[in-house]
Amino acid sequence: MGNNKASKSVVIDYDAIANQESFKALVRRKNSFLWLMTAIFLAAYMLLPILTSYTKILHQKAFGEITWVWVYSAGLFIMTWALCHLYVAKANSFDKEAKAIIAEYENGGGRR
Amino acid sequence: MNNGMSLTAIFFFVSIVGLTLVITWWASKRTSSASDFYTAGGGLTGWQNGLAIAGDYLSAASFLGIAGAVALFGFDGFFFSIGYLVAYLVVLYIVAEPLRNLGKFTLADMITARFDSAKVRGTAALSTITIVLFYMIAQLVGAGALIQLLLGIDYWIAVLIVGFMMTTYVLFGGMTATSWVQIIKACLLMLGTVIISFLVLKEFGFSIATMFKEMGTATDSGAAYLNPGLKYTNGIDTISMLIALVLGTAGLPHILMRFFTVKDAKTARSSVIWATWIVGIFYILTIFLGFGAAKFVGKEDIIAANAAGNMAAPLLAEALGGDILFSFVCAVAFATILAVVAGLVLSGASALSHDIYGQIIKKGKITEKEQVLAARIGSITIAVISILLALGAQTLNVAFLVSLAFCIAGSANLPVIIYTIYWKRFNTAGAITAMLTGLISALALVAVSPNIWNPVEGKAIFVGDPLIMLTNPAIISVPLGFLGGFIGTMLSKETDDKKYREVDVKANTGISVQDVSH
Repeated sequence: MGNNKASKSVVIDYDAIANQESFKALVRRKNSFLWLMTAIFLAAYMLLPILTSYTKILHQKAFGEITWVWVYSAGLFIMTWALCHLYVAKANSFDKEAKAIIAEYENGGGRR
Repeated sequence: MNNGMSLTAIFFFVSIVGLTLVITWWASKRTSSASDFYTAGGGLTGWQNGLAIAGDYLSAASFLGIAGAVALFGFDGFFFSIGYLVAYLVVLYIVAEPLRNLGKFTLADMITARFDSAKVRGTAALSTITIVLFYMIAQLVGAGALIQLLLGIDYWIAVLIVGFMMTTYVLFGGMTATSWVQIIKACLLMLGTVIISFLVLKEFGFSIATMFKEMGTATDSGAAYLNPGLKYTNGIDTISMLIALVLGTAGLPHILMRFFTVKDAKTARSSVIWATWIVGIFYILTIFLGFGAAKFVGKEDIIAANAAGNMAAPLLAEALGGDILFSFVCAVAFATILAVVAGLVLSGASALSHDIYGQIIKKGKITEKEQVLAARIGSITIAVISILLALGAQTLNVAFLVSLAFCIAGSANLPVIIYTIYWKRFNTAGAITAMLTGLISALALVAVSPNIWNPVEGKAIFVGDPLIMLTNPAIISVPLGFLGGFIGTMLSKETDDKKYREVDVKANTGISVQDVSH
């Protein structure tokens, strides 16, 4: 331990930040958001080859000659764009909290 | 197909080569430090980096490969578009920000931010270089075949031309030149694709419904063309391939490197929005490229030009837009290949020069000047190795090499990235076993797959029965990578909660020494 190459004059007490309740709460909410969304979009994505390989549901016509598989695929595209924007919005709000956490640390919060 | 080159084609090719060389000359004056070389000094703006990410994404495999696959196999070809696009969410949600917050130039930087070990760094560099080489051989072989077809020159000359150009960009202009070549190519590629798609739509009377209706009878597959199942009939293999696409992207070194080329997380996010929209729109347009080629060029002519369908998009451009559009699209395809291989050379060089030479051999005690020199020597080394391999790999199937690269990236890199960021108990032994298990199992499973073995002579590299029936083994090798990392971790007693807390704080807050004022 202790080869903290990045620090020259200032040493950051990472344990102190990690012990702050605000930090723990941020990580908890951040991770549950990220993994929940990941589980949702991976499930939606993997469902496509499962449905096309083992059922004929998506082979039926939806609009004119356009079959459901194209509609489902279009849904995945819209999902990707939507989740991308959602991520950026969420991440920007997490940033604000991270800033507050660093400010709290500078004011002496979290030290044992 | 034209015999020899027309004047228009020569004009477009020379313009692109000239323009990229001017950029390289301009960039060379701004490339003095290692950070300039590897990450353009972190100086790209959101839209610039977004276009460059899109450029990295939209390789020749995307443009020529997917257009051809959709043309020949209808919906089954479109699987690639969906896979590559959704993969972006994995990069975004799981990997991008922690990587940016912990790393400097390379993936190994990020993993060694937690486990400061030469073995970990060396293993990460090894897997990066392996992925880069497979991916680059694929691009170079494809490029050689394409240019051979377009210009009527020998394969080996074509590979040497591409190799020479990519080395020039990287050697003199580093990441700045590579990024700008990527940006210009992304714009040209979008322009070309939008023009062709517009012309295709015009032929169908600007009606999507009419297009689908006509495509239901336009090919010899009839209505089956509009449904999955024309190419991929083995369910497990289809699922496995889609796993490789969606998880592999998040382990591709040249994609990950793009998150170091902007100054802060906010800029990184704005670049991501740009990239997702551009890439998504492009992939939707691959439907028009593919359908148009199937209808207005025809399967027979596409296959006659190239058995894998790689010429579908250029031939469609010729059918709808004549010689000018054909020449333009060919030149764009050429620019696409150049830009992507340049990015690959750079990420390979970062692993070789920064990780192996700078950090392992010289133990980080290396001056700025030496770092840049090492980066340049590393670039030449990676370029020469890949050119030599590509010269010997002319007959290998390009799609197979690309899918192998994705499979290794998903199996060797993704598990270790996720464990490093999210698993407290993870340790040095686990990091090494995760990478090695993923890397070796992906390579070994492909070595016994139908890509290599086929009972019919000439269908694959060796004659014989494959041991597994999967053409893409991601469904086995990705879990093995995770399992290898888990077992390796549990077998070693080493734990370091303090270090994990540091990594956790850095990854989640992006805190660095500059942020703290006292």
